[in-house]
Amino acid sequence: MKSAYITGNIPVNGEVIPVVSTDFNTKDFLGAVMVRWGINRDRYRVNPGIYAIGSPGPEADVFVSANYKLSFDSLRKNLKGKDVWILVLDTKGVNVWCAAGKGTFGTKELVNRINIVNLDKIVNHKRLILPQLSATGVAAFKVKEETGFNVHYGPVRAADIKIFLADGYRADKQMRKVNFSFIDRVKLIPNDFIYGKFYLLAAMALLFLLSGINSHGFSYRNLQGEGGPAILKVFLAYFAGIVITPIFLPYLPARFFSIKGFYSGTIIFLILLFTRSAGDNVFEILSWFLIITTISSFLAMNFTGSSTYTSLSGVKKEMKISIPIQIGLAFTGIGLQIVEKLIY
Amino acid sequence: MKDLVYLPDVVTLNLCEATCNGCGMCIKVCPHDVFELSGKKAHIVRKDYCMECGACALNCQVKAITVNSGVGCAAGIISGILNNTEPTCGCSDSKTACC
Repeated sequence: MKSAYITGNIPVNGEVIPVVSTDFNTKDFLGAVMVRWGINRDRYRVNPGIYAIGSPGPEADVFVSANYKLSFDSLRKNLKGKDVWILVLDTKGVNVWCAAGKGTFGTKELVNRINIVNLDKIVNHKRLILPQLSATGVAAFKVKEETGFNVHYGPVRAADIKIFLADGYRADKQMRKVNFSFIDRVKLIPNDFIYGKFYLLAAMALLFLLSGINSHGFSYRNLQGEGGPAILKVFLAYFAGIVITPIFLPYLPARFFSIKGFYSGTIIFLILLFTRSAGDNVFEILSWFLIITTISSFLAMNFTGSSTYTSLSGVKKEMKISIPIQIGLAFTGIGLQIVEKLIY
Repeated sequence: MKDLVYLPDVVTLNLCEATCNGCGMCIKVCPHDVFELSGKKAHIVRKDYCMECGACALNCQVKAITVNSGVGCAAGIISGILNNTEPTCGCSDSKTACC
């Protein structure tokens, strides 16, 4: 199937190199929105190989990208009006940074792809421009040893490419730094929301069933009356961990993500308390406080994987301290819930 | 906006200044501005900002930098423990990914 972003061909040494558009159309936009919601995410790929932007010659720059279409799109969009080559690596449809962390956007694949497309026959220079974040997988000096090509690490964000080129292949301090802005964090929410759906359903099912317990054992009438509110509370706890925590991340006063999540869960709990929806007696109210804050805390801790500044050593330390506490609080909360229902 | 910083004094990043040849590559690849070049040597100036991505160590030709690198991802560490592997996010296989 011919992809919509391919607008023509350039013949080079008897091979046909596809020319790609620098325009971002409605289909690209809708595709991007769907991918953010986890739809079609694993198949959102570009074929690895060499592509042209404009009408590049043998002197033109070569930009290297991943074959995740969102990565490829952000590159081509920012090369409007340029005549350059794009070398797409096979990163298994994964973005630049994650693929570099995994090693699929790595020295081996880059060397391999340079040889497959016969890059030294397409260009007469030895300059490659790579996204800076690929440095986690690519050792520039090894690429030089094995292919003769010089890796120039460009800016973190494709939007800075034109300034980088105008400045003589130099990325300044701000271009080299990864941020984690409000917009960056919000973009990640839909995917995390979908990703955690099994935790959500499992917790909802458990609390729904618990709501049927009463002093006589189990009652379907209780289930009908209290099952709905129980499911809603679990959903709100999930919302606190996956939506509120990322949005207010820099403002929740703690280093540990688990504590940040505990605070977001507390906000939800206080709203329930003040709307007289947190329970009818002290046991029930306390049990919901523990359950809501623990769910939110655990999910917030998982957001370390989406964040751009947490280290492996740090996350290990956080988990070692947080998980036993979370388990303790969760069991206490569920225990209180059962006791309360058996008593009242 | 102020730079976000995670936990203090946990990062495993190390730079042997005697081995460093001052090429400045670590500065170019670091996403958190951890290094600085002065007196023809690199220095670690913002250690707590390091996320242990490993880009500097991989791109250091004289192997002056060491860091225990990996994904700073709780879900990845849990799945690593469950599957008895290194911490890993589901990024490169066909499952949905955490990052």
